[in-house]
Amino acid sequence: MSVKSQLPIAAEAIREKGWLGAHRFLILRRASQVFFLLLFLLGPWFGLWWVKGNLAGSLTFDILPLTDPFVLLQSFLAGHWPAATALTGAAIVAAVYALIGGRVYCSWVCPINPVTDAAHWLHNKLDLQKGWQPKRGTRYWVFAAVLLVSALTGTIAWEFVNPVTLLHRGLVFGFGFAWVAVVAVFLFDLVVSRRGWCAHVCPVGTFYGLLGEASVLRVSAARRADCDDCLDCFAVCPEPHVITPALRGSDGSTPLILSGDCTNCGRCIDVCAPAVFEFAHRFDSRPTPARRERNRVEVPVS
Amino acid sequence: MSAQQTRPSRPNRRRVLTDAARAAGACAIVGLGLAKVAVDARALPAQALRPPGALPEADFLGTCIRCGLCVRDCPYDTLSLAELGVDGAATGTPFFVAREVPCEMCDDIPCVAACPTGALTAELDTIDDARMGTAVLVDEEHCLNALGLRCDVCYRVCPVIDKAITLEMRHNVRSGHHAIFMPTVHADACTGCGKCEKSCVLPEAAIKVLPVRLARGEAAEHYRLGWEEMERKGAPVVEGIIDLPDRLPGPSTDNLAAPGGYEPAFKLPGIKQ
Ligand code: SF4
Ligand code: SF4
Ligand code: SF4
Ligand code: SF4
Repeated sequence: MSVKSQLPIAAEAIREKGWLGAHRFLILRRASQVFFLLLFLLGPWFGLWWVKGNLAGSLTFDILPLTDPFVLLQSFLAGHWPAATALTGAAIVAAVYALIGGRVYCSWVCPINPVTDAAHWLHNKLDLQKGWQPKRGTRYWVFAAVLLVSALTGTIAWEFVNPVTLLHRGLVFGFGFAWVAVVAVFLFDLVVSRRGWCAHVCPVGTFYGLLGEASVLRVSAARRADCDDCLDCFAVCPEPHVITPALRGSDGSTPLILSGDCTNCGRCIDVCAPAVFEFAHRFDSRPTPARRERNRVEVPVS
Repeated sequence: MSAQQTRPSRPNRRRVLTDAARAAGACAIVGLGLAKVAVDARALPAQALRPPGALPEADFLGTCIRCGLCVRDCPYDTLSLAELGVDGAATGTPFFVAREVPCEMCDDIPCVAACPTGALTAELDTIDDARMGTAVLVDEEHCLNALGLRCDVCYRVCPVIDKAITLEMRHNVRSGHHAIFMPTVHADACTGCGKCEKSCVLPEAAIKVLPVRLARGEAAEHYRLGWEEMERKGAPVVEGIIDLPDRLPGPSTDNLAAPGGYEPAFKLPGIKQ
């Protein structure tokens, strides 16, 4: 390991680009999460009904219907062909995320993300063990199980327990004991499994990941030749395995992070002092020389 | 790395198999847990009524996405989304409790118009056709009308007055010379709006709207009501039927001596024939 990797995460980037520069996308992301939540709260809090409903389904300015395509998929498997409004809404949502990256939902919109990010922050602060790290395929099994149960019971199965909508609906319509589910997710990420919920369990994230497999907006390790092996990007990335092929690829290989697991959070762009990463598009084919052959370290990927 | 490559493939294959088995096991546990929750969620409490036009409960749970748009568009704040561990109905699904806020039976049915999924079916175009439940006079021992007074409130407030509820006059046996105006619900016209339950003047309503599954019995498929059949046919249903004499209750059994009856084998002492 290089000396630099002993520094606190992003220290180098803060020195290079200033605190703001090294937290640009993190701040934008939090702003976006607050923005989307506020849109839904304007009605119940201030009587300004621009957006009605919740993340499962909504109506904006009394004209734009939006529906969660994952919820609708379960409904379809449960044996119901939804009405046109819901279908239109789901098509719009699916098209947008298929374009900008499915898991943009996870990092820029989902209200559970700040919860699991907080758990991760505390996890690091307390220097806890990473705990149970499920296999890469686990989330697909959970996803399949949810679809299967929907089909067998004829219900929208995940909506009975989905912490994402429980939290969002709780904030917009009233909680009951739904906060228990949120606390459970927080504790799960804190003490059971580091980054466990979003990266290994949540079928909503899995769905959006699959939806965004071929998305146009992608992060690119465009200046990978400048990488100085500080490993900060791996430390902040919620899905570190997606970075390796792009950053460590050879001369001919693409520097684009093409995995659907990447959440397009842009945190890797933030924390990289030599500014290796940038947002790019899928068809970007500028030649990108590989990282120089010095200081090669084996990257621990869980 | 190299150690792994030179290792024979069998342990690897075994590991792949164990991993797959473990994943499948975990998946089965998650699935079973979820299925249990999903099945439990069908137990809708009796006082939780679904909005107008709601599909039958089993279909509703597969269709309603819990968006709350029906809740938002209800002008009387009748509806709310069930909260986990508080309301009993499946979490996030819309419902109302008649005794709290009944449905005002809006002519334009805004809740149905708002529903994006068809969980509240657009086939309901006349609110009088809604069947959110059925009112039942559950407590004749406390209902004021049933006691012989003239409260009449449930009857007066009914939006489908004289069809869904009527007052049926009968003799007041207790006083011997008054009438009882019995509130009587007719399920074929009752929408289950809950106005009657809401308005019942008693501390606990004597008339309650129950889900149809609880409120109503069901006749067996093959049952026929003779008098209805006769009316439909305009003649007795069975030809050439023998009209047997009617037996009367009590000790005066002389009528039994008529044709088709029988002569008692003994005479009870002290009874004049
Ligand atoms: S690769 Fe970068 S943008 Fe993608 S999830 Fe990781 S940190 Fe976020
Ligand atoms: S008919 Fe009117 S009052 Fe009744 S639930 Fe629908 S919107 Fe509310
Ligand atoms: S509007 Fe329809 S889908 Fe949405 S909560 Fe009401 S019944 Fe369910
Ligand atoms: S619930 Fe009561 S008030 Fe409403 S239609 Fe039925 S009898 Fe009338």
